[in-house]
Amino acid sequence: MIRTPLLALMTAFLMVSFVSAEDENTRQFENEQQHETYRQLIKELRCPKCQNQNIADSNAPLAEDMRDRTYQMLKEGKSREEIINFMIARYGEFVHYQPPFTKVTSILWWGPLLILVIGVGTAIALTRKKKAVAELTQDERERLEQLRKSRDE
Amino acid sequence: MTKFRWLILFGPLVLFAGLVLFLLKGLGSDPTELDSALVDDPVPQFQAKDLYDTDITYDQSVLHDGPLLMNVWATWCPTCRAEHEFLNELAAKGIPIVGLNYKDDSREKAVNWLNTLGDPYTVNLFDPEGEIAFDFGVYGAPETYFIDHKGVIRYRHVGDVNERNWSNKLQGIYQQLVEEAK
Repeated sequence: MIRTPLLALMTAFLMVSFVSAEDENTRQFENEQQHETYRQLIKELRCPKCQNQNIADSNAPLAEDMRDRTYQMLKEGKSREEIINFMIARYGEFVHYQPPFTKVTSILWWGPLLILVIGVGTAIALTRKKKAVAELTQDERERLEQLRKSRDE
Repeated sequence: MTKFRWLILFGPLVLFAGLVLFLLKGLGSDPTELDSALVDDPVPQFQAKDLYDTDITYDQSVLHDGPLLMNVWATWCPTCRAEHEFLNELAAKGIPIVGLNYKDDSREKAVNWLNTLGDPYTVNLFDPEGEIAFDFGVYGAPETYFIDHKGVIRYRHVGDVNERNWSNKLQGIYQQLVEEAK
């Protein structure tokens, strides 16, 4: 059961490393840290052309341009944040796989919690009501007792 | 207590109806059509050569005499071929369109295309490496930018401009920019 998804995941990772390896063969980095930042960035930046792929994965010419630009900017000594902001300024928040916490996106974070609270609240309210119905008055209890007796006889 | 009862009975229904409306709206929208991040921003700065004569260089000021359209195109792009005839018609009506030739196979091919199919553009910018387009956030061709008289990007249309979307939507956007310029 567990094997198939795991295999799929492993294949996916393998494919990512193929594309990245091909791309990185032509690039020269000053140090391992810069290389690592580059690898992180191309995994985090989303290709606007072939949506649902990051620019490390995508073979689209635009993804290639974006990788080139990322590399150039790293070489110029630009920071991770500067590169991400540069891409967002041109392609929108869409381009980054970590959406910021804003008024619009807050519903995605708090929505499920809100629904859970409503659900639990409703369940509690409903069970309480049932209890209230289950409590009988003195008269009713006596009548119930009588009915039971008459049935048993 | 009765009020509360109504809320329990009809609350979920209202929530469900809201969700249906929200999802229905999403059903009709095209996820590949992104809003430009540059809407309401001035056009980015650039230096571009003329497509016909590479001795001539333009900068962003060619986009300041709006309202005008900037059309991103290339000869490798079939949809650009499909919209070209309609761009010719718009140009004949006197609508200024600046052409941005985006990462074309060769300059000769692009010039040849304009010579044979007609040239609807008032200015032809040449962007062989796609650097100018990158600053505009272009992610494919064709794209058409609506730029107002102050040189501010007001709208971006992704895909071909045709008779239908022009009369349904785009003409209205352009007319509004014309009104603003008065």
